[in-house]
Amino acid sequence: MFTINPFTELAASIPSSVMQAYVVLMFFLVVGGTLLDTIHKKSARYFFENAKKAQESASRSVSSGEKASLAIQTVTSEVLTSSEFANPKRRISHLFTMYGFILFVATTAIMIFGYSNVGDTTPGIWPILWHLGALMLCFGGYWFWFGIRVDLAAEGNPWYRFVRADMFILSLLATCTFALIWSATQGSTAGWLFFALFILSSTILFGGVLWSKFAHMFFKPAAAYQKRVTKADGSRENLPADFDLTDSAVQKQFPDIPEYMGTNPPNMGLGIKRESPNHY
Amino acid sequence: MPTFVYMTRCDGCGQCVDICPSDIMHIDKTLRRAYNIEPNMCWECYSCVKACPHHAIDVRGYADFAPLGHSVRVVRDEEKGTIAWRIKFRNGKKDFDLLAPITTKPWGTAIPQLSNESAPDDSMRNSHLLYNEPKYIQLDKDGKDSLHTLESNKLSLKAGVYY
Repeated sequence: MFTINPFTELAASIPSSVMQAYVVLMFFLVVGGTLLDTIHKKSARYFFENAKKAQESASRSVSSGEKASLAIQTVTSEVLTSSEFANPKRRISHLFTMYGFILFVATTAIMIFGYSNVGDTTPGIWPILWHLGALMLCFGGYWFWFGIRVDLAAEGNPWYRFVRADMFILSLLATCTFALIWSATQGSTAGWLFFALFILSSTILFGGVLWSKFAHMFFKPAAAYQKRVTKADGSRENLPADFDLTDSAVQKQFPDIPEYMGTNPPNMGLGIKRESPNHY
Repeated sequence: MPTFVYMTRCDGCGQCVDICPSDIMHIDKTLRRAYNIEPNMCWECYSCVKACPHHAIDVRGYADFAPLGHSVRVVRDEEKGTIAWRIKFRNGKKDFDLLAPITTKPWGTAIPQLSNESAPDDSMRNSHLLYNEPKYIQLDKDGKDSLHTLESNKLSLKAGVYY
C-alpha cells in the first residue's frame, strides 16, 4: 500500500488530464478564496494601516537590510518551527499538521502531474511520502481535535460540538483520512465510496477558503513579521520596554526594583504558566 | 472601558477564557480566537490583559469618558516578577513607563500550608478575626485582639466635607 501510487491505479478509470484539471481548479480556488477573504475582511488594509501607525510611533528607523534579516528570522522561527504558540503541545501538533499537509499536497501534485498515466512507474519515495504526510496530518489533526482544541480545553465544550471555525480542521482531517482509506481499499467497491468522500472533503477544504480558516497560513507569517518590525523600531505596539532588571540605569529609574528584589533578581518561576488553562 | 482582542495576535490559547472572573471572554465560533462577548459587563480588572501570553488584549476607553488616541498597556512578566505599564497621552507628547515588583518571593513559595496547622478551637471560630490576619494590620500589637479604632488612636470624625 505505502509504495503504490494510488493515482496510477486510478488512471485506469479516470484520465490523467481530468486529475490534473482538478488539481489546477483547486489551486485557483485557493488563490481566489484567499483574495476574496482578504477583500472581505479588509485584512490587507488593516495590515498596512497598522504598519503606518507603528511607523509614526517608532523611536528608530529600521533599514532594509535589517528588515530582510527580520523576514528571514520570521521564516526560520515563526513559520518553519511554529514558535508563536505558547502551548508546547499545540506547537508539536501544529508542526505535524503543517509538514504533513505540505508533504501530502506536494506529493499529490508530483504524482498527478508526473506519474498518473496507465503503465507509469512511480519512484517509491513519492507514494511513501504521500502516505507519511497523510499519517502526520492525522496524528497532529486528531490530537488537536480531541485534546488540544481551546473549545474543549478552556471552554469545556464536548468534542462533537461543531461550529464554523471547525470547517478547516474537519475538512483537512476528512481529506487525509479518506485518502488513506481509499489507498488501502483501492480496487474494491468500498474504495470508490472512499474516493468519492476524499474528493468531496478536499473540494470543501480548497473551495471553502472564504468561509474557513485556510487563509491563516498566508496572513499569520505577515502578522509575525510585523510584530518583529514593531519590536525593532521601538514602537512595540505601545507595549512597555523589555527591561533588564540587572541594568543599573533601570534600577536608578525604578528604585523599587533593587529595594524589594535586590540588584540581581532571581527567576521568579512560571506564575500563571504553571498550569494549563483548563479550569472550566 | 471594556477589553478587546487583536485578532492577528491572538492564537486562541484560552488563558483569557480561563481567567476572566466575569466569564465574558470566550472563543469565537467563526475564527477560534478570543473575544469579549459582553463588553458592558467587563469591569476592567485587566486579568485577561495580563494573562495573555501574546499581549493580544487591550482596553479601550469609552469615547465620552476617556480621551481617544491614548494608550495604557501592560506587561506582567511572572518570570521576572515585575509588572510594567506604558502610558501614552493622546497628544503624543507624554509617553512614559512604570515598572514595579509583583512579588518579592518566587511563585508558589508563599502558599499557606494549612494542612500543617492545628484545627481552630471554638474561641477562634467565634472570633471576628480571620484565620490568618495580615500581620501589617498589627491587630496583636497592643495585646490580643486589640482592634484599632478612631478612639484608640485618639482621632475623631469632623463634620462636613473638607480636603
